Amino acid sequence: MDAFFHQVIAGLATGGIYASLALALVMIYQATHLINFAQGEMAMFATYIAWTLVEAGMPYWAAFFLTVAFAFVFGVVIERIVIRPVENAPVLAVVVVFIALLVILNSVTGWIYTYTIKTFPSPFPAEPIFGKYLTSHQGGAIAVTLVVLLLLFAFFRYTPLGLAMRAAAQNPESSRLVGIRVGWMLALGWGLASAIGAVAGVMVAPIVYLDPNMMGGVLLYAFAAALVGGVDSPGGAVFGGFLVGVLENVLGAFVIGNELKLAVALVLIIGVLVVRPSGFFGKVLVTRV
Amino acid sequence: MALLEISSLHASYGLTRVLHGISFGMEEGTITTLLGANGAGKTTTLRALCAMVRTEGEIRFGGQRIDGRATEDIVRLGVAHVPDGRGTFVNLTTEENLRLGAYTRKDKGAVEEDLARVYGYFPRLKERREQQAGTLSGGEQQMLAVSRALMLRPKLMLLDEPSFGLAPLIVGELFGILRAVNAKERVSMLVVEQNAAMALDLADHAYLIETGRVVLSGTADEIKRNDAVRRSYLGY
Repeated sequence: MDAFFHQVIAGLATGGIYASLALALVMIYQATHLINFAQGEMAMFATYIAWTLVEAGMPYWAAFFLTVAFAFVFGVVIERIVIRPVENAPVLAVVVVFIALLVILNSVTGWIYTYTIKTFPSPFPAEPIFGKYLTSHQGGAIAVTLVVLLLLFAFFRYTPLGLAMRAAAQNPESSRLVGIRVGWMLALGWGLASAIGAVAGVMVAPIVYLDPNMMGGVLLYAFAAALVGGVDSPGGAVFGGFLVGVLENVLGAFVIGNELKLAVALVLIIGVLVVRPSGFFGKVLVTRV
Repeated sequence: MALLEISSLHASYGLTRVLHGISFGMEEGTITTLLGANGAGKTTTLRALCAMVRTEGEIRFGGQRIDGRATEDIVRLGVAHVPDGRGTFVNLTTEENLRLGAYTRKDKGAVEEDLARVYGYFPRLKERREQQAGTLSGGEQQMLAVSRALMLRPKLMLLDEPSFGLAPLIVGELFGILRAVNAKERVSMLVVEQNAAMALDLADHAYLIETGRVVLSGTADEIKRNDAVRRSYLGY
């Protein structure tokens, strides 16, 4: 029982990270109806920036916030330069751009930093909290995730800019008619998604270690999380993230073994797509003909 | 001075020309209506004013050229468009829809006043303020579209078929409010209507459009008495 409890809590910690990345995916999906395959690599690149800053002697939290700010600007710039030109292109063309972005970021990072695996510092003390159940880093990661989610919720729910971003994602034409600069709202969405991804990257790096391929598995879990929750539902993505994290850990520890953990994500993805494509919280699309 | 002057405006959707050099104007503080059969180019004219279609020709608003500007910038000059199909943000609440109408305004205190004023015009919207706008009835969504436009404190309102799909009683109510807004707040209105009789009762001035050109213009009373208009559009 003890071991089970331990696995659940560890699952919540990684689940929070999946939830953040899933949320980033959902944000882009809501505005563009496309899944940004490069979301993980963008987060990975930002994590390397954080590593560079920390290595250069910057205090951890200063490096953290600077990295998040960098990731935000990075996201905006990518939207403006890479995504904007293919705004009206066919879906496949955009998907190719996403995949190109993934490969480019991966190889550029490998080229700059080499593919050697690096350790990444955690800002949280080494001794565990809550007895033996939770390492401080796990507890800290959960806390950071919750703060990010709360801030994001408050931003979208209570600020005029958040409202305008939701409006622009839903109904671009009406948004223009009330004076919202829809193009900039999309760019802002990319910036936010990228910043959230950076937080996820920095939080997961002490666990999976830093290397250019670190986000591959994480992104797959985030896909599964977004799909389980419903790919158009931010709340669903968060729920899905925690659920996937717990399932992955518990099943990995007691049922299928650690080697097959990633298969959990794949089975979930296929299972959801077959049984309930709209996920737990997604809207079921009904079209009148 | 004329509030709006349009000269030889052309517009097309892809290769299909819809407006063939339309020219007209309207004075500040007036209600002007565009009449015409389906496909005459009324909706396109309104869309052209907001840069929602490609145009050639000249559009002046308050003496300033606005053709070639972006929709968002034209809105900032005080042009509020109540679009065809109402343009409701269906997943947002009624009140969020209204607040979006005031998105470009800087005077946040006055926005609260205007919210109260709009709720005064349409108490039904106040009852439904927390409700998802997509669940409102057609009539309520039309009221919402008009109210959202009013939240801009516009100089000019463009109304595309405000009576479309509404019960006659509600149309009467809505037009009464439009008349009151025009009189009290001096908001100029350019109205496109399929219901010519109602539009002519509301308007001061009218233009008749056929295949993308103005073929007749005059005060609403003159147009009402015109035999051709009476037979084709008023049906008596």
